[in-house]
Amino acid sequence: MITDTGRQEYARLTEKRALFITSLILILIALAGVAVTLGSADLSVADSYLAVLAGLFPDAVDLPDRMIESNAVGIVWGWRLHRVLFAIAAGFGLAIAGSVMQGVLRNPLASPFTLGIASAASCGASVAIILGAGFLSGYLVVGNAFLFAMLAAGAIYGMARLRGMGSETMILAGIALMYLFSAVTSLLQYLGNSEKVQAVVFWMFGSLDKSSWPKLAIVTVVVAAAVPPLLWRAWDLNALAEGDETAKSLGVPVERSMAGFMLAASLVTAVIICFTGTIGFIGLVAPHITRMVIGTDHRTLLPASGLVGAVLLLGADCLARTLIPGTIIPVGIMTAFLGIPFFLYLFMRRRDA
Amino acid sequence: MPLLCARRVSFAYRDRQVLEDVSFVLDAGEVIGLVGPNGSGKTTLLRCLDRILDPEGAVFLEGREMCSMNRTEIARAVAYVPQNGGVSGSATVFETVLMGRRPHLRWSVSEEDKQKVSEALSLLGIGDFASRRVDRLSGGERQRVLIARAIAQDARILLLDEPTSALDVRNQIEVMDLLRRLAEERRLAVVAAIHDLNLAARYCHRLLILKEGLVLGWGTPSSLLSGEMVRAAYSIEASVKDEMGVPYVVPLRPSNNDDPVKIE
Repeated sequence: MITDTGRQEYARLTEKRALFITSLILILIALAGVAVTLGSADLSVADSYLAVLAGLFPDAVDLPDRMIESNAVGIVWGWRLHRVLFAIAAGFGLAIAGSVMQGVLRNPLASPFTLGIASAASCGASVAIILGAGFLSGYLVVGNAFLFAMLAAGAIYGMARLRGMGSETMILAGIALMYLFSAVTSLLQYLGNSEKVQAVVFWMFGSLDKSSWPKLAIVTVVVAAAVPPLLWRAWDLNALAEGDETAKSLGVPVERSMAGFMLAASLVTAVIICFTGTIGFIGLVAPHITRMVIGTDHRTLLPASGLVGAVLLLGADCLARTLIPGTIIPVGIMTAFLGIPFFLYLFMRRRDA
Repeated sequence: MPLLCARRVSFAYRDRQVLEDVSFVLDAGEVIGLVGPNGSGKTTLLRCLDRILDPEGAVFLEGREMCSMNRTEIARAVAYVPQNGGVSGSATVFETVLMGRRPHLRWSVSEEDKQKVSEALSLLGIGDFASRRVDRLSGGERQRVLIARAIAQDARILLLDEPTSALDVRNQIEVMDLLRRLAEERRLAVVAAIHDLNLAARYCHRLLILKEGLVLGWGTPSSLLSGEMVRAAYSIEASVKDEMGVPYVVPLRPSNNDDPVKIE
């Protein structure tokens, strides 16, 4: 009879997780409505939802005259909605990638930043901006950022294979690469003219200003393709968190799983930050916030961190656009301002408990 | 047919030979104690038996060669409890033991899985702190959680690396008693690396004594444990007494005689 407490507690935890995910979805929908209202044209939250619906079902929605006159549908669909959805997709993807990296490497500091992937993307962008050299003509910055990020992920994987796949090997290889790419970026900045250096610095802040429907489509397709297999293998992540040896004894093909997880997380990160610049903070903090609230089961941790990441990034973008009238603060800076106090609050409260 | 059969198992870390030609069979209902000094290859042998390491030679599970089985198949047959560790920080006890169900479940957790976890917790006497975080438990409690996870795994072979090392005397006896009961009542086979010779002698049906990767002795505790054997394995002088049919080893002093003792 005693052990029923364990099952009851587990059932309670499962309910709490479902409630947390449902709340996040509702918050995200509400926040998206508010985010669409932000901008020079004056639209209410209700108008925003109506304009979104009118774009989706033009024949079914009867728009009021004032919305037709102000071209509300055109403004929402042409200018605002893709930015909002891009923030959601990017926040979701970065946070899930962070969760996966922290789970696979069993290290709370693992993130695209600490593993050198973000530094590599910055380095690639710097090469494109300062030297004008790159792989994809017409998309120099984006192409370089993506390819350098994947190159870093490949290098980490290659080194780990040579030395024996292990979390410490991967982390050390990642940190070494981070310093190497940062050094190259610094050298390029030292050599470049001030205008180009400014462009590099701005790129590195991270921003959603350049979002568009095609970019949103690319990010969405990659995130949508990567997330279901990650979720399907969530038990492997749970087992890996207990150590390679234990994971193996629980039936996880450790080397293959680690490689697959890291590849998927790197791909998602690379495809997002090549368009946004380095918004690495989300990938570090969203998983921690989520873990503190609902625990470590990756079946719920992954989607919930994704939603926390989406809320954080979208919320940060809203604040970044409204805090100083007439100025849009780069969202990479804003996410840190918004997320770190919240993270520290949770962290300290948990310590007290 | 034996549950597990190891045939000429050898393993080397790069150029350092750690195990050489280890062969033995393990039947259902049996508890085997792996004993021997530090560095004699006990942990390596356990890892080879679970194929965490890839040894030379062959290991058969119920007649099937292990290298032809995939990881999940092995995990359904063999559970391994590593020494000191293998638990993640902030998971609850229930979730940690639930992890033992990993080889059996696909994604969702069934009532049967939860029932198995409850049973394992209850067997180990840790049901009342099922909702506590593992990183807030004492060493002994954590050891019990790891054993509960192995039991929830529903494997017929349990491999345990020093399962009693973090436990006080009462807990040592309780855990060894439980392992022996599990073996006999559920027809499991248990291989446990144990440092305490007297605990091994009391609870194991047979002992495998390793020294420098070689099998020094293999048999029942009373046929195997003698002053000569203890000297050969550990280089100490010891007096071995009979305590109600079970050998009882009293270590006396380091041996002055470093000549290898020939054991027949």
